[in-house]
Amino acid sequence: MASFKPTKVQFLPKLGEKVTEETLYWKNYKSPVQIKEFGAITKIDFSPLPPHNYAVTASTRIHIYGPHSQEPIRSFTRFRDTAYGGRFRGDGKLLVAGSEEGLIRLFDISGRVALRQFKGHSKAVHMTSFLSDGFRVVSGSDDLSCRVWDVPSAVELSSLTEHTDYIRALAPSKLNPDLFVTGSYDHTVKVFDMRSGSSVMTMQHGHPVECVLLYPSEALLVSTGGRYVKVWDLLKGGQELVSLKNHHKTVTCACLSSVGNKLLTGSLDRHVKVYNSSYKVVHNFDCDASILSMAIAPDDEALAVGMTNGVLSVRHRRHQKDKEMLTSRRRRGPSYQVFVKGKNFVPRQDDFLVSKPVKQYLRKYDKQLKSFEVSKALDTALQTWTRTSKPDVTVVVIIELNRRGTLKNALAGRNEESLTKILNFLLKHIFDPRFSRPLLMVGDIVLDLYQQVFHQSPVVERLLQRLMEVLGREAELQQELLQVLGILDTLFTSLTPRKEALAAPPVAQESQLQAA
Amino acid sequence: MVERSDIRVVRCGGSKVNLRPPIISTDSRFVLCASGDLVKVYSTRTEEWLHSLQGHTNQVTGIALNPANHLQVYSCSADGTVKLWDFIDGILIKTFIIGYPLFAIYVSEKHEGVLFLHVSMATDSKNECFQLVAVHPPKSAEQEVEAKEMSVVSSHISSNPSCTAFGRGGEYIAFARRLQLNVYFFRKQKTCSFSLKATDKKGAKNAFTCIACHPTDDCIATGHEDGKIRLWRNFIHKKEYTYSTQHWHHNAVNTLCFTPEGTHLLSGGIESVLVQWQYGAGNRKEFLPRLGGSILHISASSDGQLFCTSHSDNKITVIESSFKVCGVIQGLVKGDAVLTDLMIDPRSIALVLNGKPGHLQFYSLLRDKHLYNLDIVQQEYIYEAGLDQFEVVKAAFDIKGSWLATVEERGQKSSDLEFFLKLWAFDERTQSFVLNTTITAAHTDRIISMCFSSSEETTMLVTTAEDGQFKAWCQGADADTQQDQNFWSCDFVGSYHNLKPTNCSFSADSSLLAVSFQEVITIWSPETWEMLTTLCQPPGVIRDLCFGRLSCSKYLLGTTTRNLLCCWNLLTCALEWSSSVEVSKLQPDPLSENVAAFSYQSKHTDLFVFKPSEPRPLFTNKNVCSEKVHRAVFVPREEPLNNCDESSQWLNRSQLYFLTQNMDLLTFSTATEEDRMLSSSKQLVIDDSVAVTPFYLLLGKHRQQQQKLNTQSHPAADKPQQPQGSVTIKELLHTPAHVLPAASVLCSMFVNSLLISNTGVQQDPLREEMDSEKEEEDSEEEMEACDSQQELRVQGSVDEVTLKLSKAQERELKRVRKTDFSWMAGLIDSKP
Repeated sequence: MASFKPTKVQFLPKLGEKVTEETLYWKNYKSPVQIKEFGAITKIDFSPLPPHNYAVTASTRIHIYGPHSQEPIRSFTRFRDTAYGGRFRGDGKLLVAGSEEGLIRLFDISGRVALRQFKGHSKAVHMTSFLSDGFRVVSGSDDLSCRVWDVPSAVELSSLTEHTDYIRALAPSKLNPDLFVTGSYDHTVKVFDMRSGSSVMTMQHGHPVECVLLYPSEALLVSTGGRYVKVWDLLKGGQELVSLKNHHKTVTCACLSSVGNKLLTGSLDRHVKVYNSSYKVVHNFDCDASILSMAIAPDDEALAVGMTNGVLSVRHRRHQKDKEMLTSRRRRGPSYQVFVKGKNFVPRQDDFLVSKPVKQYLRKYDKQLKSFEVSKALDTALQTWTRTSKPDVTVVVIIELNRRGTLKNALAGRNEESLTKILNFLLKHIFDPRFSRPLLMVGDIVLDLYQQVFHQSPVVERLLQRLMEVLGREAELQQELLQVLGILDTLFTSLTPRKEALAAPPVAQESQLQAA
Repeated sequence: MVERSDIRVVRCGGSKVNLRPPIISTDSRFVLCASGDLVKVYSTRTEEWLHSLQGHTNQVTGIALNPANHLQVYSCSADGTVKLWDFIDGILIKTFIIGYPLFAIYVSEKHEGVLFLHVSMATDSKNECFQLVAVHPPKSAEQEVEAKEMSVVSSHISSNPSCTAFGRGGEYIAFARRLQLNVYFFRKQKTCSFSLKATDKKGAKNAFTCIACHPTDDCIATGHEDGKIRLWRNFIHKKEYTYSTQHWHHNAVNTLCFTPEGTHLLSGGIESVLVQWQYGAGNRKEFLPRLGGSILHISASSDGQLFCTSHSDNKITVIESSFKVCGVIQGLVKGDAVLTDLMIDPRSIALVLNGKPGHLQFYSLLRDKHLYNLDIVQQEYIYEAGLDQFEVVKAAFDIKGSWLATVEERGQKSSDLEFFLKLWAFDERTQSFVLNTTITAAHTDRIISMCFSSSEETTMLVTTAEDGQFKAWCQGADADTQQDQNFWSCDFVGSYHNLKPTNCSFSADSSLLAVSFQEVITIWSPETWEMLTTLCQPPGVIRDLCFGRLSCSKYLLGTTTRNLLCCWNLLTCALEWSSSVEVSKLQPDPLSENVAAFSYQSKHTDLFVFKPSEPRPLFTNKNVCSEKVHRAVFVPREEPLNNCDESSQWLNRSQLYFLTQNMDLLTFSTATEEDRMLSSSKQLVIDDSVAVTPFYLLLGKHRQQQQKLNTQSHPAADKPQQPQGSVTIKELLHTPAHVLPAASVLCSMFVNSLLISNTGVQQDPLREEMDSEKEEEDSEEEMEACDSQQELRVQGSVDEVTLKLSKAQERELKRVRKTDFSWMAGLIDSKP
């Protein structure tokens, strides 16, 4: 005796985004932890040393957070005015930061008071950084100059004034201690060489540059500004490689993930976008406010995003361990324990296994179909939750009823309320190419059944009116599409005979050759 | 049907087992059913086919247990004879020649020695008139007796044999015909008839479909066309009869049956639900749903412990009285039509064709046994007349048997046509096919044909459809879904001047694909999807298409609807030869160059076997059968025959099976093959009457091993030994318990026989065998001596005892020495 075969819900391919490994990788972040700062967060920098603490520059202070703590483990508050651009040295022991009043301060991570102060800039210093030898600091300021400072003696080594607008972006080279890249509001990105004391390369970004970023190989340079993200090939003398326009507001920050060097950009439009190696967007993080700064931990363990409203949102990677913990916690619950009782018992070699018959659990509509309650099954399939979130289940039940030849019976004898449900469902899904065939059939049957009584209900009448309009529009659309197809067909047919004429003779020759 | 001396057309795959109700023997050990011209005996416990009662020359139309002897069974046949059998041993006891075609047989305990037969008294075939006659078979010692003494009980009965039943203790017989129920009382010799109106206002259809009588009560249950069951009472008085109506079936009630105690009434119909009504308790009923095909007959064993239902899908289900299915006897399922081709599963060499609705059945031709059903549609089948449901219409295996492609279809009208193309992968772990890909809209119109490429490396499927396109499907070529799993996707879409494609075929090495579009054949290269050439031979649309194999691989064969068989040479792209034959099926042999062509002309089918290289047929068989043949398949043999005869050489490597329009599976068998089968059947002495017990199986295994050993070590001693081995074991099993030695003795012996003996002991049985060979003739009478001998053995002090023997004892001992030990030898010999 065979058991009842439940209705099979056809797996229909999802339209839209394809699920790739990369999207899965980027989806694997937990929901963000929100930390409130005192003002807009302008800079986040991760320490290069584990445990990868990060410095958050906001308002007049710089906080250093541990990887999992929500409270700052250290804060630098000796700023008289807004602090900018707090960055770690390559060994993670020193921190440099600029400020609104033009002072650059150098801190020891364990100390509180500034070790050095570099005076010289006349306007706010938004960007500071150590050069890769660790003994020099470079800064970019609103006074259009870019200065290099000696750390031990705290003196200015050189001043570069090639930019004609505020300098708001700075990236030192990690391979060469004498090179750094600056980006400015004068729409240019310049590469400076300290040995020559001037810029060696200039690229036109076309918009005020907000952020520059060097790839680890330092052959590629990323600059963001306006709505554009541009990638430049430095080895080809600063040729533009790609120009990306995926944000709809100014792109304020960019960073690279350490696994596979994937580019992430954050923008004032509140999105963080992740690009794959061919610069296609593979993932998107949504934030609550416009993004000013963003950084990702060197091992991709955490993604920190700073926003204009002073909220720091940190996303941590989800690990396999966490998942297991979740499931094990669930297993500890008493109700579940009843079900798994003895399930993990491993039988010994000479044990005789008596298998218990597996009970077949049926969905509600299947139970009703099994007992031939067709109207009830349709009602179940048209329940609000199923109807809205799983329209394919509803359609599958409709198809099954039609196969059984009882669709008409199931649709008959309904009141205004349930008829409205059906008509609303039709309105929503009748153009879905996956569902249109069965739903058109339902529409036909409904019209046949209730023709006489439609005028009694204004609600139903209105719905039918809408259905008619929508169908008319769809029919017009189809007709236009067919016309386009016809045009294309004539184009193709005008092309094909030539091809055939070309293809045919060699074959004939070949066969003759074979025959010979 | 026999044309040639050495090649015969043989029917195979068994016949219908569901034509007449099966009967269960009194001891509930056997199920008997009429199947073709045989009566088949099955075991109820193991569902194995034990043996069959052969002798009738036409369809067996009824079987009934002899009420006088519960080990005998009557069978009647359309050849006009009634035969009495001992069904346990399969011996024909008597044959009664009636002279008219018989359609059913009824017996009753009260009327011992009287057979009630259903006889067709048709003068011409148009208005058939069935009669119920009583026959008194004359008592005589002869085997064949003519029984001419008949008395007509009624001359107007229904052609349906389930419309006749004996009433309480055989006092009356009830039979229904259309709208009339007649009851004939034997004592009063009077018939009462009751009739119903054809319809009423509610549209009831009152025609009788079946009838059953209560065994102890005066009650007749009748089934009707609209699914009603009526229980008639008080019909002895013609005027005061009453009936009550019960209604559950939504369609005609096919069969009714009372349990022997009369406590329950069983009914079945097209819904395939066995309904058990409690007698006298109104509407209380139990159901056993989803049994398979629609229920045609129900029968109950005499103790009421077992029920048997036979179904339209050629199946008998054995059901316990607790409503649990305990056994299924499944024959080759032959529906109304086989829509798929006949195919061979390359792994199991099983024949594959449509089985149950929505399934493919795998049928082992070697063992002549139904293996399993593969569920293709995976939907609940609704048993309802006139419902348009999914049916498997096309199927194809790839060359290694690791992929199966199926097409299921629903909707006769093209407007609401639904079909799915499914691809199944063979799973090594579960040893069955697992669904891999479902393609919902493979084409925009019905798929006409499909085939797999024949190369081992890459598998490719080509489908042609009525929308004028052919598509090539490949595994895992889809770049959009970047997943590891290998799904199938479309690789190429081809068409030719918007013509409708008719057939497609791959060449033997898969380097060429031929697709026929109406009158034109196009040749494509599957590597580059370039159309290489077109071949055209105007008269008629191309119907079949196949490439030659091996040495003939340069030829392409095609048949057209206008009686033309063409052969093209692919090197010259020219027609090599053509001949004017109406070919209904063209089937190439995968293992040789041969091609079989079935041609239907003037109401009979001829077979031609030829090589594509020459237009002269190798073998012709005129008048193979009288129906059209649309399906045929070559089945590779396990071991090739070595026929030297030219006309039968084509059957050496593979066997040709074909299916006629009447759903008969036929094949060709050669003389050498039959000889071989005959000799093997002689060698294999199977004791069918012994129920299969673990003990029996153990012995059987030992015997087989012994046989193997013998063939290896003593080829010369093989022949005399074998029958002996079986005889001795038979003796062990058949010797009455009271003459057998004590169980404890047997046990130690038996256990001893299982141990591995040293070589010294191994020589013993040989010596014993020599003895036994000499003294074979007197072994029977000395069986009784066995037990005393055993006792001596156990005591183990034979010598001491012999010192003080009396004369009588000495004589005894002599006899003991002559005792046949060969059966023991059989046991001991089988140790390795």
